[in-house]
Order: sequence, then structure tokens, then C-alpha cells
Amino acid sequence: MTLVAAPDSDVASAQPPQKAKRRVRWQRTISPVLILVLWETASRTGVIAEDKLPAPSTVLQTGWRLARDGTLGDHLLDSLTRAAIGLLIGGTLALVLGSVAGLLRAGDDAIDPPVQMARMLPHLALVPLLIIWVGIGESMKITLVALGAFFPLYFNTYAGIRDIDERLVEAARTCGLNTWQRIRHVVLPGALPSLFLGLRLAIGAAWLSLVVGEQTNTQNGIGFLMMEAREFSQTDVVVLGLFVYAGLGLLSDLLLRILERRTLAWRRGLQAT
Amino acid sequence: MAPRTASDLVVRARGVRRAFGPVTVLDGADLDIARGEVVALLGGSGSGKSTLLRILAGLDPAASGDFTVPAQHAVVFQEHRLLPWKRVIDNVGLGVDDRTRCTDALAEVGLADRARAWPIELSGGQAQRVAFARALAREPSVLLLDEPFGALDALTRLRMQQLFGRLRARHGFAALLVTHDVEEALLLADRALVLDRGVIAADLPVELEHPRAPDAPGFGVLRRRLLDLLGVPSAA
Ligand SMILES: Nc1ncnc2c1ncn2[C@@H]1O[C@H](COP(=O)(O)OP(=O)(O)OP(=O)(O)O)[C@@H](O)[C@H]1O
Ligand SMILES: [Mg+2]
Repeated sequence: MTLVAAPDSDVASAQPPQKAKRRVRWQRTISPVLILVLWETASRTGVIAEDKLPAPSTVLQTGWRLARDGTLGDHLLDSLTRAAIGLLIGGTLALVLGSVAGLLRAGDDAIDPPVQMARMLPHLALVPLLIIWVGIGESMKITLVALGAFFPLYFNTYAGIRDIDERLVEAARTCGLNTWQRIRHVVLPGALPSLFLGLRLAIGAAWLSLVVGEQTNTQNGIGFLMMEAREFSQTDVVVLGLFVYAGLGLLSDLLLRILERRTLAWRRGLQAT
Repeated sequence: MAPRTASDLVVRARGVRRAFGPVTVLDGADLDIARGEVVALLGGSGSGKSTLLRILAGLDPAASGDFTVPAQHAVVFQEHRLLPWKRVIDNVGLGVDDRTRCTDALAEVGLADRARAWPIELSGGQAQRVAFARALAREPSVLLLDEPFGALDALTRLRMQQLFGRLRARHGFAALLVTHDVEEALLLADRALVLDRGVIAADLPVELEHPRAPDAPGFGVLRRRLLDLLGVPSAA
């Protein structure tokens, strides 16, 4: 027994050098900060005209003012609600259809060809048609977001399921797992990395669709805030809107990355417990 | 060899046929495995060994023929086939409710301390031992093994073969061991079969004393006979 049961000493202690990692992170903040400083000085010294591009500090001040009187929060909430509803509808549809097409041959035959065809249409170009179909109101914006979110998530769900190693499914079968257990223990976790990728792309597409959607006939939302400010030549508010959109994109990406790191700990082995 | 009665058999296959398109790989293969018996299945590359094993494991619905394999069977493949997203202990416990059986199985292959590790953290030999533990935890009456040591380095393979011998002595499971390694077959099996042209072309009892070693008397003779059956000419 001793020969094989000897405790293993070949555990790879593959801890990455933390110091080097931190330094790289830190270095990566230099150039953005430098750009901000340059922008600020250029605006202050009049190299950039104030009405073309206000200084970052001005934009922040405007942001603070609008945040304090509640305007920013209200519009932000409206935008977020649209994004969330659209994402929920488009995402759910993508997950369901992508799973059916990925798991069932009949589903694949029925669902995948039309989706592949529809993919060729740039969904943002559908705005005129959408206006005719569902009007210029809230449903148009939500439909646009849902459409934007649908395709990346559908394709990644489909591909994630299709790319699962058939040999693992087979091994699970020899362990006596039935179809549902195989889906739960093999297919779902196996497709998860791909699902996360799809979700990231879907959220990106959702923001983009929201920006476009909110520029036509809106009474609220970040897009409305920007369009209104343009009419009054409030460049600082327009730039603030851009900042908010960018911040939302960054934030959602960050949250998703954190979630991904937690869920996919098995990919990195020792580093997570 | 003592005459075997039907009730002694754990695996019984008659007239197993399988064709891939126009190519008939198995053309009426017959196979019996008695309770607790280890049978080695040899044959040239592409002769259909894996195909036969997959059929017995219930993984090939397109095959025809009569075969009975107990529900209490387990399979070990050439690659470990552990689910990378499950910790070692959860891989062993796949489809097994009794947790202590899983920890026991893991301890038996000497990996009790790696229960919480991810498969990615294991060496090739360790991963294959976990695959064995996963099979053991099912308390199989027959193990189906498709070149289970084939992907391992020579030293690890020797250790794994010894481990297999010990496990078998303790649990008394029957096994079908697909291998291309004549020595492995002679070290581990009670009987060696040669698959050729879709049928079991030879059935060679291996009546050697345990523990066996390649330099034991009688080993060389059997080795030569098996190689002859496999169509490998003796060195000039
Ligand atoms: N899914 C498949 N589709 C088509 N042909 C197949 C398939 N699986 C196996 N074959 C063919 O069946 C034959 C037997 O294959 P099999 O894998 O059983 O051989 P083997 O005896 O296990 O060989 P090896 O020793 O190399 O593992 C081969 O000619 C192979 O090409
Ligand atoms: Mg094979």
C-alpha cells in the first residue's frame, strides 16, 4: 500500500508573484490620469474652448449639482430600468432558445437558421421599423435593448453547449446520471464560461442600444438629459451623460467579472478555495 | 479452467455486431466474464476493442447482439474524464449518495488528502487514481477499463498496476481490461482474449501464480504465445 498511498509532494505551488501583479495594475493607471490632467490644463488655459469641451472638473461639478437636486438620480433610474427590463426579456429569450437549439437536434433545425439570418441585420438599423411596429414610446426602447442583448447571449449559449466535451457527458452517463442530472452537472457548468462571455457582450450591446434608443422622443433617461442639454448648449451636461454611460458600462463589466471569478474558481485551481 | 455455469457469469455477450457505415468492426463477438474474473482484451489498433467495451458499458445504442452487463458496473477510460468544475470528492461522488463510500474509495487510491482539490491541480497519475476511486465508489461487480494506464508514464503505470492488483484482491470485482500491452495483460488478467476481424479469435487462460512478475517462470512462454496470436513475429 505504501508505494501508491505515499502522500503527494508534487502539489504545484503556483502562486503568482503578487508584487509584480500589483505594480502592473498601478502602472496602468498612469496614462489615463495623465490624459485627464492634460485635458484639465488645456481647458483651463483656453486651448480647448469651454463650450466645445468643458474641463473634467466642470463636468464633475455639474454632476455633483445634478446629483444633489435629484435630477441625475431620476434619469439614471429610468435608464437603468429600461436596460434591466430589456436585458431580462432579451436575455431570457436567448437562454431559452439557445439552450433548446444547443440541446435538441430538432430545436437546432427549427431555431438556429432563422436566428442566423436575423443576425445579419444590424439591429440598430431596425429603429424605423420598430417605431412603425411598437411606436416611439417605452416599448421601442425596451425592444431595442432586448434585441441587442439577445444575439450575443444566444450565440454563446448555443456554442457553450455545443462545445462541451462529449467524453465528459459520456463519463457522467457511466456514473448513472440521467438526462436532467447530466444537464445540471455537466452541460450547465461546462457552458458557464461561454454564458458569462455572452452576458458580458449582451450587457455591452444593451447599453449601446439604450444610447441609441434614448435619443428619439424621450422624456426621461440619461439620453434625454443629453439631448435636452444639447439644445441649450450645455456641453458639460452632454459630457456628463457620456461619463455616466461609460461608468455604467465599466461598473457592469466589473460586477460580472467578480461574479465570474467566484463561479469559475475551478479554472484557476489552487488560487481559490 | 473450471467449467463455468451461467449463474457464475457477470457479463455475457453473444453475437455482438457493430458497423460504422460500410465497415463492420464487430461481427458477432462472444464474451463471458465470470464473477471476480479479470479478462484482458487485446487486439491490433482499430480492431474494435474500445467499440466492444463501449457497447458493454451501454454507451452505444447502435450495436446489436445479446448482452447482459450488471447495472453495478463502472468504467475507467484512458483519459481520466473528471469534471473540471467539481472538486475531487464531488467527482468521486457523482451519482453516489453515500459520502463515506466516496471518502473510503479516495483513501484506497491514496488520495484522501486531495479530496478538496480541483482536478486541474492533479498530476496525470493522480487524476487517473481519482477516476479509479470514482469507479470503486460505485461498488461495481464488474469494472470496464479501456487502456486505463495507457496515458501514464512507465513508472506510474507500474504503480497503478500494483494498485489495481491490490484493489482487485480486496474487492473481488470482475474486470474487462482493454489493453495493448501484453505484459500488462499477463500481470493482471486471469484470461486473455484476442480480438481480430470482429470476433474473439483466441482465448488464453493465464495460469500464473500471484504475485506475478515478468521474470517468473512460464511468463515468457505465455508472452510469446500472445504475441504470436497478435501477429507479432519473434525477433530474428
Ligand atoms: N464513431 C465512429 N465512427 C466511425 N468509425 C468508428 C467510430 N468509432 C470507431 N470507429 C472505427 O472502428 C474501428 C475500431 O475502433 P476502436 O476504437 O474500437 O479500436 P481499438 O481496438 O480500440 O483501437 P485502439 O487500440 O487504437 O484503441 C476503427 O477502424 C475505427 O475507425
Ligand atoms: Mg481503443
